[in-house]
Amino acid sequence: MQIRAQDIVKSFPGARRAALEGVSLNVGSGELVALLGPSGGGKTTLLRIIAGLDLPDSGKVFFGDEDASEKSVQDRRVGFVFQNYALFKHLTVEDNVGFGLDVRNRAQRPPKAEIRRRAHELLDLVQLSGLEKRRPSQLSGGQRQRVALARALAVEPRVLLLDEPFGALDAKVRRELRSWLRELHTRTGHTTIFVTHDQDEALELADRVAVLNGGHIEQIGTPDEIYDHPATAFVHEFIGESSAISAQLREGEVFLGDHRLDLPKANRLATSNNGEGRLFVRPQDILIGEEGPGALQAEVLSVRRSGPTRRAEIALPYDRSSVEVDAPASVALQPGAFVPVRFLRGAFFLKADAAGAAVHARG
Amino acid sequence: MSEAATGWAGAPAESIWSGPEKKAARRSRSPVTGESDLLKAVLIGVTVVFLSLFLILPLAIVFTEAFSKGVAAYWGALISPDARSAIGLTLTVAAIAVPANIMFGLAAAWAIAKFHFPGKSFLITLIDLPFSVSPVVAGLMFVLLFGAHGLLGPWLKAHDLEIIFAVPGIVLATIFVTFPFVARELIALMEDQGTGDEETALSLGASGFSTFMRVTLPNIKWALLYGVLLCNARAMGEFGAVSVVSGHIRGKTNTMPLHVEILYNEYNTAAAFAVASLLALLALITLVLKTLLETRFNDALPGKARGH
Repeated sequence: MQIRAQDIVKSFPGARRAALEGVSLNVGSGELVALLGPSGGGKTTLLRIIAGLDLPDSGKVFFGDEDASEKSVQDRRVGFVFQNYALFKHLTVEDNVGFGLDVRNRAQRPPKAEIRRRAHELLDLVQLSGLEKRRPSQLSGGQRQRVALARALAVEPRVLLLDEPFGALDAKVRRELRSWLRELHTRTGHTTIFVTHDQDEALELADRVAVLNGGHIEQIGTPDEIYDHPATAFVHEFIGESSAISAQLREGEVFLGDHRLDLPKANRLATSNNGEGRLFVRPQDILIGEEGPGALQAEVLSVRRSGPTRRAEIALPYDRSSVEVDAPASVALQPGAFVPVRFLRGAFFLKADAAGAAVHARG
Repeated sequence: MSEAATGWAGAPAESIWSGPEKKAARRSRSPVTGESDLLKAVLIGVTVVFLSLFLILPLAIVFTEAFSKGVAAYWGALISPDARSAIGLTLTVAAIAVPANIMFGLAAAWAIAKFHFPGKSFLITLIDLPFSVSPVVAGLMFVLLFGAHGLLGPWLKAHDLEIIFAVPGIVLATIFVTFPFVARELIALMEDQGTGDEETALSLGASGFSTFMRVTLPNIKWALLYGVLLCNARAMGEFGAVSVVSGHIRGKTNTMPLHVEILYNEYNTAAAFAVASLLALLALITLVLKTLLETRFNDALPGKARGH
């Protein structure tokens, strides 16, 4: 089922600014889309509006070609999984899963045995066979999450909506459930939208990622597009590691003070677009200890071990802004010493319209 | 390590640091609650004496006085027509007031805990009003509203409706005084539980009514029972407000607490205490059930300080 949210505006009484400022989102049938962003970015609000748990001030929600905006949450037939699982404490695991079928009106309700069979089938799918008679309080966090998912799947939802599905779990269980969910999605093919503030989760799990910030979508794209070609300064800062350097753009070239960084000519930008801005550089896109075109002499501030590599903090000339660099083991780095550094690639964003004109200087 | 240190600790040659710890262990006092044994004994003693004097002794006196003229007199006091009518009226009033307050309490708690609307905090304050207003004032309020010279008095008289000095007045006053018990108990718990369960049920296709019956009610049933218990105890025991609106008509508008007062004023002590013993028994049963609920289903009750 294709899901379409169109120009969704939503504000909550008492809030200073709108939670959503005209957001549009298109989710293809069978697609797995992540809504990623800092807290307060509006991602959960968008999810709840798609589900029908909240109503937008304006804007429409389409399920396929059908306008679902006026439909109640019951009639939308969505599978919604809450961050805290919201399992019914007084019911067994099996009754939790069967709840959605059991509350149907008499004409549509399957017989008891059939409900049980469906529940067992789904518990099998989420690998919880044997726990049918347990109470939610007797399950681990990861198990509860899977019961919640099975319960949502039981009503044969047209779209699966997951609100921070792994938010309350510890790191190891998170990683396990992540690949498990990916597998489940491949197997069942449900159109799925999930909310997360964990970029690793979003990038690893989703077909496409929508980055939400301050009530609008900063960028929608595949994990590769989001990571390699951030559309806005916000996305670049939010996704992955990067250092921001104050720089100038003159005729399509990026300058640090009067030093021309030998970044390839900026594309997507008229040469007349000059001005102050910020250059974002990822630690792995900086070459350290090698002379070459555009090389700068930077002072080494500190060197520390970071997993397989070494991470150096250097101070650039001019404004001494500090930059993180991945340094190969072969380069000798002494704090206080000056070494040549070259930027292989970076993304420059004009200050004037931080969200608008994105310039990617690619190497 | 010095001689003095070991000597002071009263322990054989060991590190001086083990000294004070050993001493503490011997006297079995933890460093946090480090009162001396004497102080402990005094505190416990004072508490026991106080509780005996002010709680256990009066209760014991109620029962001894009730039986002071023998079991036959006790029984006679309870089955006298006036007493039977008072007991009947008290049960009737409770049977109306408690269900009414279950409904009001559920509705108020549901609205307050699950929805946002303007004036919500005002409503919460309003619910607590019966606790902060003296019951006598509450009773007077109804007299001023429905009494013969009250605001609605003439209209009621014209339509031949009796409220004050009649059962409806007693029921109204009782409902007013006992309103907060159920509502407060439920609001605390339901606010704690949030709306996640209900939203889940709705998203699974449940109607509003079946969401309430199958999800909300099971979640609050023990707290509801707890509130009902307290509400019932107060509804049967209420004196002040009921006294103002009842008119003390024997055999007609006398509830058990009022009957006790009348008997006592007539120096019919044994009979007064006989009826009072029933109320005391009700209190004891309530207390036992309340304790049972608290120990068995503590998780299902609101975690806030219990203030009744």
